[in-house]
Amino acid sequence: MSAEPTGADTASKPAEARRVEARQHGEAQRAAKRRPFPWVKAAPWLYTIALFAIWEGSVRLFTVPQYVLPAPTVILGAIIDYWPTIWTNSVQTLYTTVVGFLMAVAGGLALGLLVGWSRFIYAGLYPLMIGFNAIPKVAVVPILVIWFGIGDVPAILTAFLIAFFPIVVNVATGLATIEPEMEDVLRALGAKKLDVMLKVGIPRSMPYFFGSLKIAITLAFVGSVISETIAANAGLGHMMLAAQSQFNVPLVFAGLIMLAVEGIAMYALMAWIEKRTTGWAHRSGMAQGN
Amino acid sequence: MDKTRLRRLTGNGQQGTGDVSNHLVTIDDVDMRYGGPAGTLAVSGLSLHVDKGEFTAVVGPSGCGKSTLMKLVTGLHIPQQGVITVAGRQVTEPVSIVGMAFQNPTLLPWRTTLDNILLPLEIVQRHRRRLRANRAEYVERAEHLLETVGLKGFGDKYPWELSGGMQQRANLCRALIHEPDLLMLDEPFGALDAFTREELWCVIRDLHHETDVTIQLVTHDLREAVFLADRIFVMSARPGRIIETHAVPFERPRDLEVMYTPEFTDLVHELRGLIAAARTEQLEAAQ
Ligand SMILES: Nc1ncnc2c1ncn2[C@@H]1O[C@H](COP(=O)(O)OP(=O)(O)OP(=O)(O)O)[C@@H](O)[C@H]1O
Ligand SMILES: [Mg+2]
Repeated sequence: MSAEPTGADTASKPAEARRVEARQHGEAQRAAKRRPFPWVKAAPWLYTIALFAIWEGSVRLFTVPQYVLPAPTVILGAIIDYWPTIWTNSVQTLYTTVVGFLMAVAGGLALGLLVGWSRFIYAGLYPLMIGFNAIPKVAVVPILVIWFGIGDVPAILTAFLIAFFPIVVNVATGLATIEPEMEDVLRALGAKKLDVMLKVGIPRSMPYFFGSLKIAITLAFVGSVISETIAANAGLGHMMLAAQSQFNVPLVFAGLIMLAVEGIAMYALMAWIEKRTTGWAHRSGMAQGN
Repeated sequence: MDKTRLRRLTGNGQQGTGDVSNHLVTIDDVDMRYGGPAGTLAVSGLSLHVDKGEFTAVVGPSGCGKSTLMKLVTGLHIPQQGVITVAGRQVTEPVSIVGMAFQNPTLLPWRTTLDNILLPLEIVQRHRRRLRANRAEYVERAEHLLETVGLKGFGDKYPWELSGGMQQRANLCRALIHEPDLLMLDEPFGALDAFTREELWCVIRDLHHETDVTIQLVTHDLREAVFLADRIFVMSARPGRIIETHAVPFERPRDLEVMYTPEFTDLVHELRGLIAAARTEQLEAAQ
């Protein structure tokens, strides 16, 4: 029903009814202006605040000792006190993670395209990749240290090795799931394998690729921190190990919080890139590779 | 519609490539087996011919090798036995004078409808070299095709913004953009509602009437076959071969009303009987 009275019924209606209608109209307009609180948008913040509040409350209520679980305010204090150390180590971890991740993106994209290109390469490499992925990367770090010594390189390489696999699998999946009918239509026109790849395969695998970046960046953090806790003299992993040996539990937790913050920031960046580059996949409802 | 213009848009322009007979497609005693010597024999002893400008339909029981026939003619599959010629040349690789449309529209979701329609031009050798310099001309051609199928103004929409029927119309445009001499349609209207289907029948009918394109249509819908085709090939159960060829006597251009005449119904009935018999034969053979 329209709130706008038309000329015809304005003339035929009594004055009282017209006033009521006008009032309803005005109310509807005001209600539209008074926007409801965006609960869904605020939810991440509300939940995070709630988590820290419950944490703080329980620690105080049960008087949990600081060396078991420090309260968020204590951790915040540690972050402020040790900020220069925390900052340099955070930057170090971010650096090794991002370098390893970028290598994984380049290598994973290249190998994914190669594997998706030819059945022969796929058949040959797939078992090798599965086997390689099954090796816990912790076990590889000592070898990397033997080869490259303690420092940035093992952390970068561990991040690379662990982030690499999901990218390869996703890109190859995107290529492997081209509809046969689409391929037939193109091949009937005289398309070569390269044409099919360029026109269909690669654009099609992009949502899978960008979808895999979110997983890959998270794994890259795992890789670099593992390496830092085993063999490094810098980075958040190293800092937490050192803090732990001095029973500086608030600083250990401060390191964890920084890792979480970096992880969330990079994840959000990847999600944003994904949305910007392959929005069509969401809107067209094409399956996401995850 | 402007006849000469459409002829230029979709017709085959140069005829008579030294081929004395009027056959555009001939299939001569062809066997096609999938998956090696012990695989499925899809068609066997298949022979038929299609004249230039003719509209033929292929009907038969499910799984009898109709799609296989399509893929053989377009050169997507090469038969183990027998010879297929298209436009006087033996088919040994994909033939680019053919346009294809399947039941599944397979439009690319990252391209607009217009760019989807232009896709074949980026593939077919003789067009891809000219495409960049003559893009405006090709776009105009695509817009014209869109208008023909009733999609005027939808070129800049993405496929997911179109309904199933509209996607199938766009699919037809894509099959026609490179001016194929031969249009192969594999159940293109199978997934559409009755009204859209009838509307697209008329689009195809007019297209065939106004140009000299040769059309071969695979369908499960016998009324569709009788309404559109000049000749109907009835295939046996797998391994498929042609068991009967039916000429359709109705005058062209046909009106949808023709479907409600007794002659039409009789012909549909007769075809139905043939296919039912082929199916029973197959079931008995299986026992
Ligand atoms: N790529 C393939 N590999 C192996 N066998 C196949 C392949 N394609 C088709 N076949 C087999 O060949 C036979 C004929 O298939 P085809 O697709 O030509 O049938 P159809 O007549 O088009 O069936 P429908 O009416 O259901 O579409 C079927 O028995 C099918 O199992
Ligand atoms: Mg079929």
